[in-house]
Amino acid sequence: MSTVVRIDDVTKQYGSGSNALLALDHVSLTVDKGEFVCLLGASGCGKSTLLSLVAGLDKITGGTLEINGKHVALMFQEAALFPWLSVAGNVELALRLRGVGRADRRKRAQELLEIVRLGGFGGKRPHELSGGMRQRVALARALAQNADVLLMDEPFGALDAMTRDILHDELERIWREQELTVLFVTHNVREAVRLGDRVVLLSSRPGRVLEDFKIDHPRPRRIDSTEVAAQAAEITDRLRAEVARHAN
Amino acid sequence: MPTEVVTADKTADEVSGLDALELAPRPEKGDRGRRIWNSAWPKLLAVAIAIAAWQLVVLSEWKPTYVLPGPVDVFADLKELATTPDFWDGVRLTLTRAFTGFLLAVAIGTVIGAAVSRFAPLRAAIGSLITGLQTMPSIMWFPLAILLFQLSESAIMFVVVIGAAPSVANGLISGIDYVPRTWLRVGQVLGMKGLSKYRHLILPASLPSFISGLKQGWAFSWRSLMAGELLVIVPGALSVGARMQNARDLHEASLVISYIIVVLIIGILIDILFNTADNALRKRWGLTGN
Repeated sequence: MSTVVRIDDVTKQYGSGSNALLALDHVSLTVDKGEFVCLLGASGCGKSTLLSLVAGLDKITGGTLEINGKHVALMFQEAALFPWLSVAGNVELALRLRGVGRADRRKRAQELLEIVRLGGFGGKRPHELSGGMRQRVALARALAQNADVLLMDEPFGALDAMTRDILHDELERIWREQELTVLFVTHNVREAVRLGDRVVLLSSRPGRVLEDFKIDHPRPRRIDSTEVAAQAAEITDRLRAEVARHAN
Repeated sequence: MPTEVVTADKTADEVSGLDALELAPRPEKGDRGRRIWNSAWPKLLAVAIAIAAWQLVVLSEWKPTYVLPGPVDVFADLKELATTPDFWDGVRLTLTRAFTGFLLAVAIGTVIGAAVSRFAPLRAAIGSLITGLQTMPSIMWFPLAILLFQLSESAIMFVVVIGAAPSVANGLISGIDYVPRTWLRVGQVLGMKGLSKYRHLILPASLPSFISGLKQGWAFSWRSLMAGELLVIVPGALSVGARMQNARDLHEASLVISYIIVVLIIGILIDILFNTADNALRKRWGLTGN
């Protein structure tokens, strides 16, 4: 299997001298093609920093970072759709910036919206949709980039539990159907176990890889199943021990 | 596998069911006539109260009626004015000046604003100067303008543009400065660079602030223009301001007040235009509170 993201001994430091803050300390991690990897950690573990580095929004201080193909797509907690464009327009913009012609853009945008089950909403404005629907538009826009890896930074963090549950199912389906490679950041242990092929646990201040859990439960999974709960409990214990280490 | 199909259908239903539940029903707009009446009656009442207060002051004989005429006399004069084509020529001249000056100010302000937000040294050099110019009362420029351009259209245009351009520039600058960070990150990940970043992200994102700048710029240019028309009487050009000055010279208090009302009405009409544009944008973007 080919490796899409190779993070090798990566260090990230903000500032210098006595004010220096070490965000990531010799982190190594690989994501294979078609894999769904969840990055999990408490506050200050630098999981979002790591995602920004992979997205190319920030520069690494040390180590090497390779993305096979170089193309990444990124989703945040906010959908960050552009309000001056329609829903379809937002998706088409991503296609346009990739150099897709006008006629193909329209057709492809419609296909992508149908993938996220929003085929009938292309003409709406982003603010007319609910939070969960906006995130699905953001997903369609990310798919439009045809990226080698999809980076997701707590994309469901602002949604209610019901919507989040359903979007887990949806993301799992789309990941499988579209053969995506996903690097997913969350602080929600169950969410990580529900979604990931692997859950990579990071330590806090500085961020280091504590453990790499392989999740073998058959899909489709349920977040409230006993296997997921049991595995999540194990990881939570490990996470709590790490948090306790920072007392005083 | 049959079970697989059933699950897929079930999720599809769950997703669209949730969407349907989460989408707010369209708010009742109500009857159009009723809505217009609801927004119109407080305005009409305010006008009525102002006119009544004016009438009371006149009745109190605080000033003789040839200095402060009552509403009846003024509205009679105003009505007569509105039926003379000559008066409309004056309004046309004034509005032509206003629009020319404003458009010139928008063009200059936009170029300056874009340049200042693009180049850091330029911002350090003239960023605060722009804000300083904005607070400068435009009437201060007239002595210099008259020395530079004599009593001419150019003198008026000079002051109108210098009064309005800083507001337009500042509107654009603050719009560009406050483009949300996540949008910039999205733009970067989508591969926007250089010009395409401006075209697809920065300019549309700064539109609301730019429109506020335009609105403020218009207010400044309109004020500067009125001051200009009172001070700089260009021979042969009978603008609204020049006519008002004439009326004062002839002690026609009723005409002076009529012209004040004319200027007020024009100001209100233009303000409605700007507000309509602003509201349309806010509605499209979903920035209106419910």
